Amino acid sequence: MRLTLGPLQYFWPREQVLAFYRAAAGWPLDVFYVGETVCSKRRELRTRDWIALAGELAGSGREIVLSTLALFEAESELTSLTRLVENGRFRIEANDMSAVQLLRERGLPFIGGPTLNVYNHATLRLLREDGLQRLVLGVEQGRALLGEFRASGERLPELEIAAWGRLPLAYSARCFTARALDLAKDDCGFRCREYPDGLALASRDGLPFLTVNGIQVQTSGRCDLGPELDELRKAGIDLLRLYPQAEGMMDVVARFRDAIDSGIPPARAGGENGYWYGAAGMRCVTQP
Amino acid sequence: MQLVCPAGNPPALKAAIDLGADAVYVGFRDQTNARAFPGLNFTEADLLSGIAYAHARSRKIYVALNTYPGAADLGAWQAAVDRAAALGADAVICADMGVLDYAARRHPALPRHLSVQASATTHAALRYYRERFGIARAVLPRVLSIQQVERLCVQGIVPIEVFAFGSLCIMVEGRCQLSSYVTGASPNRHGVCSPAKFVRWEEEPGGVRRVSLNGRLIDRFAPDEPAGYPTVCKGRYAVGGETFHALEEPTSLNTLALLPRLQAAGVVALKIEGRQRGQAYVASVTKVWRQAIDRLRTGSQDKSQDAAWQRELQRHAEGHQTTLGPYHRSWH
Repeated sequence: MRLTLGPLQYFWPREQVLAFYRAAAGWPLDVFYVGETVCSKRRELRTRDWIALAGELAGSGREIVLSTLALFEAESELTSLTRLVENGRFRIEANDMSAVQLLRERGLPFIGGPTLNVYNHATLRLLREDGLQRLVLGVEQGRALLGEFRASGERLPELEIAAWGRLPLAYSARCFTARALDLAKDDCGFRCREYPDGLALASRDGLPFLTVNGIQVQTSGRCDLGPELDELRKAGIDLLRLYPQAEGMMDVVARFRDAIDSGIPPARAGGENGYWYGAAGMRCVTQP
Repeated sequence: MQLVCPAGNPPALKAAIDLGADAVYVGFRDQTNARAFPGLNFTEADLLSGIAYAHARSRKIYVALNTYPGAADLGAWQAAVDRAAALGADAVICADMGVLDYAARRHPALPRHLSVQASATTHAALRYYRERFGIARAVLPRVLSIQQVERLCVQGIVPIEVFAFGSLCIMVEGRCQLSSYVTGASPNRHGVCSPAKFVRWEEEPGGVRRVSLNGRLIDRFAPDEPAGYPTVCKGRYAVGGETFHALEEPTSLNTLALLPRLQAAGVVALKIEGRQRGQAYVASVTKVWRQAIDRLRTGSQDKSQDAAWQRELQRHAEGHQTTLGPYHRSWH
């Protein structure tokens, strides 16, 4: 099993991004996904900067993938996408069918991201014809869906699952960070930069519930499939994805690396795992 | 410009046809469509008579098969495509690529509309679905501004249908897991959002009502405050010390004011949301939109009915409020 660092979902100042990846280059990871997946207005790193960062990280001998937006609205976003697709060196994580189309038109292989809605073997076969080599499962997809994929007899690509972090639950045309700060989206002042782990949203009884991250809504609790390691391996998962947070990522990576190398799953630490078991995603199933 | 109206049962279908819908979209009584609610939707016999009723009046019936089947269920969705074709439906509305591929190969003469659930927002994505599955039309997600809709129409990849009125999904359709996160049931897989069996209303001392979804508090309402259905996106939450509708208010989309612009853009069809709503809603909303489209067609400048139409639509809107939603930049 390989360990991947998912795309950074938040908006950090440029120096913080570069410092984070400089440090991460020294962590025991196998694959880095880099690039903006949430909001095209975030330009602390521009498209060419992400491609340059990918080039630097590639020096560490690890696999580098360029991630792309999950929602395209403006023509300029497609122009940036084209530049990423035509980077000439790194594979792309396609998070929207726009990217799939640009890639298949150029005959380029790709990785299918978690927002592509691949729920059955027929869809998988079509995307493999298009060039899909690896599929990152959608956030609500767990062991039952994987079992169905296997039972279908379809040849499967590499399979990756989000194993740790705040899961992306929804995307909108609206910026919820701007809304919370009473700003217009077109005049947002890039205030999401002030919230390196997103903006916390609690239900009216005071319990943490969701996280607002620009046009994206995430979970508040963190998903943790570390304790499910044996099951994930048996289910044929090839790669475990960890989503970056501002603090403590080195320890998260070490915890998963140790577990993979030793074969001993880490103890439960209160993380959410409901989706894996076909339950509500917010649940922590302790006795599957 | 075609008026495409919802029907969750035969009386609603008849009302939509009688009051001027050019096409009515419906679903079977199972999880193959995105309004898989108990007691709603059509048996084969219902659909057969519905199609006969529509065809006798030169109108069309579209069958929504727009959820995403897992591998084990794909056969049931394919069988639903066969049924829609055999019953004489005028189009199927699909999102899943496996379902679209099957429909294109097995029933090439049955038009395929790309469902809003497929989340296609660009000419590149539309090209994919046209080249791969020969779609005849695409329904756009409710995320694009009017200018962006206009551009997609000009690009002319496929004829475009847009939402004109009804409950407003504020997330990109097909990419929202808020319901599954809280309940385990999702629009994509189960054809439901925040299903009623997970909803619990409780009254606190003093008459305040609390509403929760699978044990998660979505909102509290003062005794005299109107209370809406507790979808996760329309609850009130605390963000940065303030409690408000952090994602969206209970409100409905209403594009009546944009009608001339949508027509000028070349939008081929306007969709009314609401298969879960009753016959009265369908009748009333269909009637207003029929009149508005007809007036536009005649080129009449008479605006005397506008206020009455808006009042009528307002009456059927969530929280009796309407918005231009993402069509208008200030909503974003």
